[in-house]
Amino acid sequence: MTLIHTSSPHTGRPGHVGGVMRQVILATLPGLAALVWYFGWGPLVNVLWASVLALVFEAAVIKLRRRPVAFYLKDYSAVLTAVLLGLALPPYTPWWVTLVGMFVAIVLAKQLYGGLGQNPFNPAMVGYALLLIAFPVQMTQWAPPVSLSGDNPGLLATLKVIFELTPLPDAFTHATPLDTFKNKGALTQEELWAQVAGLKDSFGAWQAVSLAYLLGGLYLLVRRIITWHIPVAILFALFMVSGFFYGSDPSNFAPPLFHLTMGATMLGAFFIATDPATAATSNKGKLVYGFCIGLLIYIIRSWGNYPDAVAFAVLLMNLAVPFLDYYTRPRTYGHKKANKGIRG
Amino acid sequence: MSRIWSFQGGIHPPENKQQSLQQPLQPLSLPERLILPLQQNIGTPAVPRVNVGEKVLKGQCIADPGSHVSVFHHAPTSGTVSDIGMYPVPHASGMDALCIVIEPDGEERWAELEGIEDFRAASKKDVAEKIRVAGLAGMGGAGFPTDIKLHLSDDHIVTTLIANGVECEPYITADDTLMRARAEEVIGGLEIATHLIQPTHVLIGIEDNKPEAAMAINAAAARSPLDIEVVVVPTKYPSGGERQLIKLLTGVEVPHGQIPADIGIVVQNVGTLAAVYRAVHAGEPLISRITTLTGDAAERPGNYEVLLGTPVSHLLDEAGVDRERLSRLIMGGPMMGYTLDQPGVPLIKTSNCLIAGTQEEFPPAPPAQNCIRCGQCEQVCPASLLPQQLHWFAKGREFGKALDYNLMDCIECGACAYVCPSNIPLVQYYRFAKGEIRKEQVEQRKAEQARQRFEARQARLEQEKEEKARKRRERAEAAARAQTSRPQPAATNAGAQASDPEAQLKQLKTQAAVARTKLKKAQKALEQAEATGEGDSQALAAEVAAAQARSDALEKQLQQAQQQAQADPSKEPDLKALKVAAAVARTKVSKTEKALTEAEQKGAPSAEKLRDSLATLRAKADEAQRAFEEAERAAASGQEEDTASPALDIKALKTAAAVARTKLKKAQRALSDARETGDTEQIAEFEPQVRELEAQAEKAARALAEAEAAQPASPVEADLKALKSAAAIARTKVKKTEKALADAREKGLASADQLETALAGLRQKAADAERALQDAQPRAGAVEDA
Amino acid sequence: MESILIAIFALLGLALVFGALLGFASIRFKVEGNPIVDQIDELLPQTQCGQCGHPGCRPYAEAIANGEAINKCPPGGQSTIDALADLLDVEPQPLDAEHGEEKPRAVAYIREDECIGCTKCIQACPVDAILGAAKQMHTVIISECTGCDLCVEPCPVDCIDMIPIEPTLASWSWSEPRPGVQIIATDRGHRAAVTGSTT
Repeated sequence: MTLIHTSSPHTGRPGHVGGVMRQVILATLPGLAALVWYFGWGPLVNVLWASVLALVFEAAVIKLRRRPVAFYLKDYSAVLTAVLLGLALPPYTPWWVTLVGMFVAIVLAKQLYGGLGQNPFNPAMVGYALLLIAFPVQMTQWAPPVSLSGDNPGLLATLKVIFELTPLPDAFTHATPLDTFKNKGALTQEELWAQVAGLKDSFGAWQAVSLAYLLGGLYLLVRRIITWHIPVAILFALFMVSGFFYGSDPSNFAPPLFHLTMGATMLGAFFIATDPATAATSNKGKLVYGFCIGLLIYIIRSWGNYPDAVAFAVLLMNLAVPFLDYYTRPRTYGHKKANKGIRG
Repeated sequence: MSRIWSFQGGIHPPENKQQSLQQPLQPLSLPERLILPLQQNIGTPAVPRVNVGEKVLKGQCIADPGSHVSVFHHAPTSGTVSDIGMYPVPHASGMDALCIVIEPDGEERWAELEGIEDFRAASKKDVAEKIRVAGLAGMGGAGFPTDIKLHLSDDHIVTTLIANGVECEPYITADDTLMRARAEEVIGGLEIATHLIQPTHVLIGIEDNKPEAAMAINAAAARSPLDIEVVVVPTKYPSGGERQLIKLLTGVEVPHGQIPADIGIVVQNVGTLAAVYRAVHAGEPLISRITTLTGDAAERPGNYEVLLGTPVSHLLDEAGVDRERLSRLIMGGPMMGYTLDQPGVPLIKTSNCLIAGTQEEFPPAPPAQNCIRCGQCEQVCPASLLPQQLHWFAKGREFGKALDYNLMDCIECGACAYVCPSNIPLVQYYRFAKGEIRKEQVEQRKAEQARQRFEARQARLEQEKEEKARKRRERAEAAARAQTSRPQPAATNAGAQASDPEAQLKQLKTQAAVARTKLKKAQKALEQAEATGEGDSQALAAEVAAAQARSDALEKQLQQAQQQAQADPSKEPDLKALKVAAAVARTKVSKTEKALTEAEQKGAPSAEKLRDSLATLRAKADEAQRAFEEAERAAASGQEEDTASPALDIKALKTAAAVARTKLKKAQRALSDARETGDTEQIAEFEPQVRELEAQAEKAARALAEAEAAQPASPVEADLKALKSAAAIARTKVKKTEKALADAREKGLASADQLETALAGLRQKAADAERALQDAQPRAGAVEDA
Repeated sequence: MESILIAIFALLGLALVFGALLGFASIRFKVEGNPIVDQIDELLPQTQCGQCGHPGCRPYAEAIANGEAINKCPPGGQSTIDALADLLDVEPQPLDAEHGEEKPRAVAYIREDECIGCTKCIQACPVDAILGAAKQMHTVIISECTGCDLCVEPCPVDCIDMIPIEPTLASWSWSEPRPGVQIIATDRGHRAAVTGSTT
């Protein structure tokens, strides 16, 4: 009988980092299913391909860093990064674009900073932002909703397109509603809805996908994996600011519901901005962090160069996190007010 | 009325309380021995009052408090104190500490106890003193002396008294059992505490997972004359923490750096209150407590009434703990308790629970993963800290930042580590950081102290140096002044030396001599004037008369002074002076003799005169010699009586012997010289001298030998010590030189040879010193025996 | 011509304004004394051992302020060097082995049977922590001893030991958790690498 000598507590809640990551991955499944349902097999292929790449890159870097490979792969964090990037990529993204994206995400944005928990920027969003800047053509060719093109290309055809065995047919590309809105030129809103073919179909498909993400997000909230602060702050800010501009000029600005359900808003609010490693720490900080992301999303969408803005908004706010953390510390028990700023 | 507030954070771990509640409270058999640590709480250790081998009675005080924050300890049963020594104690470090060990005689004979009949009629001071001498310390947590908490100074006005029956940690049911079985005692203790501190509100907090205890307490409270409010709080860990419970029941937070009493709140554990009841009503000291024994390795988990000092192993055996399956032995609860390295440690005043856990029940912590900043720790922290930030700072040793993030407000409840998905031992990080910070603070204080002492020393040395320099300067100045003012030394020194009789005498002598000289001169001048008929002979005659008078007066004074000096009983006759005087007289005699013979040979007319003076001189010399001899005899008799300074005596004798020897040698040489030259006259003169000196030398040697033989023991010891230190110094020197030599050889220095020679010499010396010491030791032994 | 004058006057005006500003700042934000020496002295361990080659901590602090190397203090060890590097904004260096090595904190202890009462150690002690008189046994005031070693060398009979301070129940504290060790258990192949990089 040898008695163990350790510090308290001697008991812990069952669960580990891998479990948390798996729950998050599980929560993305409704969204993935909706994407597949509305846009064909592309997103699924992207997610799987990205996952394989993520594991390979992660294992290689960990090996190079002389750390136990199995121990670190089991935390599922690389797979989660791959899933998030895969969901954000257009359905028929060429295989090498995903490869570059995953390399940047895993090797540059995560492992070079010291691995899980040490990265200041959301790895998936770093990868996405780089791809968007480096390969704008490939990154803006979204697929038309299946309902619009009339026939689902099938898994084999999708694989062939992604791995560039056959060229991308014109019928496989279609502007997203955000694209359409961005390039509406002098058209008013009413004219846009009336004139652009398939916008309504596309809009419906995106709304369904967003709802699916919302569902997954609620699951995370229920499981207490994330707190409500960040998603609510993002959606609230986006709703308020878009409502303000829509109210002042309805013909030029999109309505709040459009902003809340189009593009990566829901994915960003529940899955990307809530990445704990790169988000603010305290509840107060999370509210500020989320609110600013919401604002930035609207600003970049409305006046920036790119149709969607979640990646940039999140990355910009990642930069501000240390500052936020310093100034949004909670009031400790027995103290009159919270300490602020950098000291010690 | 009974509104319940809430505190931030908290967790709901599996309770695991049912296992130990299956059986009622049971007594425990008497163990073979009881080990009572002198420090069972925060504060200073107690001081033993008993000795090894002493018989003690049950309840007899065996140790007194070491300071204000310290408690009495009592013998839990009657028996014999078999040892007072270092034994392993229940502490997270697993270290040993001073304990009193009692071997029970099984008779359970009680010491005389005296309670207070009606505590309401007694003074608060007496009641508090009763609690103090009963050795009561908080039985829930850190074991703070109870009497201090209940007998506050006047500047603390207590509004709320809270009895803590929350017992929020999993597994523990000691307080639950106590409240069920002894609700009356708890309420009774509460009444006494109320009497002592006069609060306006009296509350008892009980978690809603203890309905039976709440019922029992409610029933007892209803019978009490006091208005006691029993508040059932929702189960949440750590609502039993003092500060959390205060927030929960009153909505007030205890400010950082203050104690609850500062805001008018006192919290007492229900177990402590029951002990207060017993101490005041029956005078019964704290010698036993209820301890929960539970865990999967125990066959009969339950609550036991254990004597303090009972070894854990005894309780394990009684409860049928399977030693094979036991893998983790926890004293306290699973959230804040500490593991025991060995079951030999005793149960103490704060031991509320013992968990005998199996491997399956408490699996070893999985390897810690990276912190993913998930923030779950922050959500559960009852102190509203940022545990993950604190963890980063502790890991990075940024203790200043950790302090700024209020690390010291962490109550180490373990909620953060409990929820951490990365299994990071967060609490250990905080404990490590706190320890380092405390260490740093202690070191800083010490450094500050050292700095002050160093600076004070520097200042002192500087001052001493200055003082020395100043003195040197002053001496030089005085010397210079003395040189310039030498012509009138008598005048300048007269006042200064007046106090010294000897100096006075000398001065008088000088003055008398001067007066005599002046008189002579005046007489001569008068004679001359009378002879030549020149000058004013009358005036001169007057001068002579004046000088005569003056001289006479001084002469008289001098004689008086001399008589006084001789009569002075404190003043021993100055042997040396007498000796010198005798010698001078002798020399004068011999000189005059020589002169006389010369004069006689030459036939000079002065021969007659010389013969006269020779006669007087001889008489004087004889007188001087006699005086000296007398003085010597007197001194010798005085010295014989004076045994206090035998060492000095020996030294003097030694010197005398040496002098005698030298004189003898000189005389012998002179004699042999005279023989060689054939100067018969001289030979005749020297021979008796030599014989006399021989006799003297012999005498001196004999005296010395006698004195040495009679030397008392202490000088021998001193001698021995000197020899010892000499030998030690010699040895050390040899060692040091050896080291230096080895160094030199290693480095190939030329000085190696030189060192070698030196070393040989030193070795010889050391050996000599050693031998001398060995010789001296038996002698010293003999002296001591004598 | 006019524009040149304007330029000259403008520059003159600016010069006056900034001059006044600087003058004001130099009075308003005047630095009293030489606080850097005090700050350095604060960080030094105050053992006054002289291992740095200076007669005490403050002289060394003054020397550091004048540009001497910060790695000459063995009693302070690496933590002091790091703190000094932080304060002076220079690169931390390893301890200069020439001045000795970092040892655990110790106090001097005189073996009293062997002490011959020579007072040499008393004269050597920089903080007056040794008590005694000529021909009398000496003893160390433990609470004042800085563990500087200076009394060991002068002792003619070598009766002074430096005893490392043992932790007591009161001074004991938890050690830092060592995550590396736990990871090794899952991946034996990297034992050396992991321990090498994490400890």
